[in-house]
Amino acid sequence: MAAKKFPIEAGHIMMFARAVGDPNPIYHDADAAADTEPGDVIAPPTFYQSSAQYDPDYFLRPKIGEPWFGSGKNPTGVPPKRTGGDGGTGLHAEQRFEYFRHVSPGETLTIKTRPGNTWERQGKRGGKLTFSENITEYFDESGELVVRATGVGVRTEKVVESD
Amino acid sequence: MALQASKIQVGDTHTQKLTDDLSRTQIVQYAGASGDYNPLHSDEIFTTKVAGYPTVFAHGMLTMGMTGRMVTDYVGDGRLTAYGVRFTRQVWPGDALTATATVDAVREEDGQTLVDLSVSTVNQDGDVVVMGKATAKIDP
Repeated sequence: MAAKKFPIEAGHIMMFARAVGDPNPIYHDADAAADTEPGDVIAPPTFYQSSAQYDPDYFLRPKIGEPWFGSGKNPTGVPPKRTGGDGGTGLHAEQRFEYFRHVSPGETLTIKTRPGNTWERQGKRGGKLTFSENITEYFDESGELVVRATGVGVRTEKVVESD
Repeated sequence: MALQASKIQVGDTHTQKLTDDLSRTQIVQYAGASGDYNPLHSDEIFTTKVAGYPTVFAHGMLTMGMTGRMVTDYVGDGRLTAYGVRFTRQVWPGDALTATATVDAVREEDGQTLVDLSVSTVNQDGDVVVMGKATAKIDP
């Protein structure tokens, strides 16, 4: 289950903008933002991905009291999830956003997700590649669509080596 | 200030350096802000001993977010209508990244001037790490 509600918070936007290395005051300084065309702090273009913070079941966040697949006493806390036979992994292949308006702190977005297309391709180095789309739509309090995010994941049969 | 159509031509480019030396700490910052704590991005022991990679690597979305700074610095705040990339190569700690937008088209739609951009980010070896497209509302 994906997050249903995504509260847009100024502190979260500030931390996200810092993380992507963007010093634009419109992401952290409400006074400076008031003098810009949008007139308020706005979310950076890829901020919507961080709605994962509000997904209670998000599998890439450790859950309190549950084993975690990262290292602790051992290199992994649980057997890693694998789909391929020899250590294949899931990777993010593509991400697209469509923006219908920009979003500011104080709003709460409602999220709806649905699967998109799935297809397969033979990779050069990683064996068979399986691609799948996931579409996430963010609606404002009046029910208007404000952002549509389309993610494409790819699962490989083998670990992808970089050269 | 937003980009002006009267001041650009198809084929124009805008280039911005994103980092000289991507740190593991910045990758950790991104994990914290985005909520994506996949150990492949911060846990050296898991990544080398279990997953079999040479070291941790950046979230694709970190590179997309860093590249987004170049796009919004070019077109103006709150002007994007679309932004999408393919992740073509992994980004490793220590990489230097440079992002470029190229003007593909300037067009009118419903009385609004739009610019279509090709976007790409390369590492210190000139290898493309993300490539994609963006569209923004611009001034006439």
